[in-house]
Amino acid sequence: MSNVPSNLKYAASHEWVLKNADGTVTVGISDHAQEALGDLVFVELPEVGAHYAAEKEIAVVESVKAAADVYAPIAGTVTEVNQAAVDAPESVNADAYAAWLFKMTPDNLADVDALLDAAAYQAVADAA
Amino acid sequence: MLKKTVLNAAHRALNARMVDFGGWDMPVNYGSQIEEHHAVRKDCGMFDVSHMCPVDLVGADCRPFLSRLVANDVAKLTVSGKALYAAMLNETGGVIDDLIIYFLTDTRFRIVVNAGTADKDLAWMQAKAAEWKMDVTITQRRDGAGNLGIIAVQGPNARAKVWQVLPQVKAASEGLKPFFAAEVDQYFIASTGYTGEDGYEIMLPAGEAEAVWNALKDAGVAPCGLGARDTLRLEAGMNLYGQDMDETVSPLDAGLAWTVAIKDARDFVGKAALTAAGQQKQFLGLILLDKGVLRGHQKVVTAQGEGEITSGSFSPTLQQSIALARLPLGVAIGDEVEVDIRGKLLKARVSKPVFARNGKAVV
Repeated sequence: MSNVPSNLKYAASHEWVLKNADGTVTVGISDHAQEALGDLVFVELPEVGAHYAAEKEIAVVESVKAAADVYAPIAGTVTEVNQAAVDAPESVNADAYAAWLFKMTPDNLADVDALLDAAAYQAVADAA
Repeated sequence: MLKKTVLNAAHRALNARMVDFGGWDMPVNYGSQIEEHHAVRKDCGMFDVSHMCPVDLVGADCRPFLSRLVANDVAKLTVSGKALYAAMLNETGGVIDDLIIYFLTDTRFRIVVNAGTADKDLAWMQAKAAEWKMDVTITQRRDGAGNLGIIAVQGPNARAKVWQVLPQVKAASEGLKPFFAAEVDQYFIASTGYTGEDGYEIMLPAGEAEAVWNALKDAGVAPCGLGARDTLRLEAGMNLYGQDMDETVSPLDAGLAWTVAIKDARDFVGKAALTAAGQQKQFLGLILLDKGVLRGHQKVVTAQGEGEITSGSFSPTLQQSIALARLPLGVAIGDEVEVDIRGKLLKARVSKPVFARNGKAVV
C-alpha cells in the first residue's frame, strides 16, 4: 500500500501539493507514482519564472522502465526548483514527499482547495 | 484473462510488482529493479521465464527440417547437448522469431521460443513440416500435461547456488561450456542465458518449479523481475524480439548477421530475400553524453542520415543511458550523433552494441 499523507492535496495525475505559509505551494509526485514508475534515474524540472496553466506538462521523471510527464496541478508561476532531486533522482523513490520537485505561486490559491483530498486520491491510486 | 506461470503465487508471496507482459501476469520487479540488476552482475539472481515455450522435436528428419527452417546452420551442432542461437525467417527475410535450438540426439532436439510468438511459431513449424513432408513430431511443453517451468539462475555465483539446491545435477553440469545443456533425470540444465553473465537456465516439471524457486531463494539467490532482465540483456547487447527485430526487419539489419549462415549451398526460408537485399542498416550501440534516457523509437541524426533507436534504457553498470539502434551504413564506432528526445537534440556516441558482460563495463 502506498503512503498518502492527509495534510496534502493531490491531482488525479499523481502530483501532491502542499500549501506554504508564504502563499506558494510545493509540488512533488505521490508515493504511488514513484512506486509505479520504479527506480528513477532522470528528473527534468521547469525554468524558474515560467508560467503554466493547470494540467500542462511541467516536468519529466524517468525510471529505468519508462518516462512520465508531471503536470502542473494548478495554474501558476514557478518560483523554485529542487536541484537535489535532479542530482539524485533516487531520492524521490526513497521519500516522494520529502523530495519535492518545484514550488509555484498559484494564480488563484483557492484552486488548491479544489484538488483531491487524501481519501479521494487514495481511491484514484487504488483504481490505477 | 492474463495467463499465469506456475510461479505466479511465489511472485505474489514476494510482493512482486506484477504487470501484463504480452498477456502474461509477470513480475517486473520485487522492489528495486536496479538492485536486482546489480545482484546478477555481482552475485546471483533468478528469473521466472516459464512464459517462454519449450518445443520438443522428435523424428528421423529433425536435422533436415531445422536445416531449412532457420537461418543459422544446425550442421554446427555436432556434440550432444550443444545449443545454437538462430533466427526463423519468413519468405521475405523478416524475423518470425529468434530461438535457441538444443541438439540432444539426431532424432531429438529441443527449441525454446519467445512467449508472445509461441503460437505463431508452432503453427509455422507445423505447416513447414507438413509442406516439406518431414518425419518430425512437434510438441510444445509450456501448457497442459507434461508442461515445464523455466528458471534462469544468472550471475558469477549462479552455478554454485544451483549445485547447492540440486546437488544431483552438479556432476553433469559443472563441465558445461557456455551454450550447452545436460539432462539429469527430470532436469534440463542449460548454460545459456540472457544477461551476459555465467549461469544456468533450468527447465523442470512445472510441479517442481515452486519448490526449487523457494530453495534457491533460501540459498540467497535474488528474485529478479523482467525489468532487470531487460537492462541486463541491453547491456549485454542481446536483441529483444518485437523491439530490435520483427517480421519486417532483416536479421542482417538487426545485428544478427553472425547467426545467418548464408555462404554455403544450404537453402533456408528467407535466404533468397536476404541475398537479394543485402545489408541496408547497421546495428550499433549508443551511449548518451548529455543527461536523459534513450528509449525505443527515438530518432537518431547522423552525418549519413537518420536512424532509429530500437531499445534504450539507463545502464545501472555504466550509470548512463545506453541504446541499441539501427543506423545508416557509413556511421562508425566513435562517431558523435544526436538523438531527438522530446524535441531536443542530445549528444550521443556510437559504440559497439555490447556494453557490459561478466560484471564489467566493456565500452
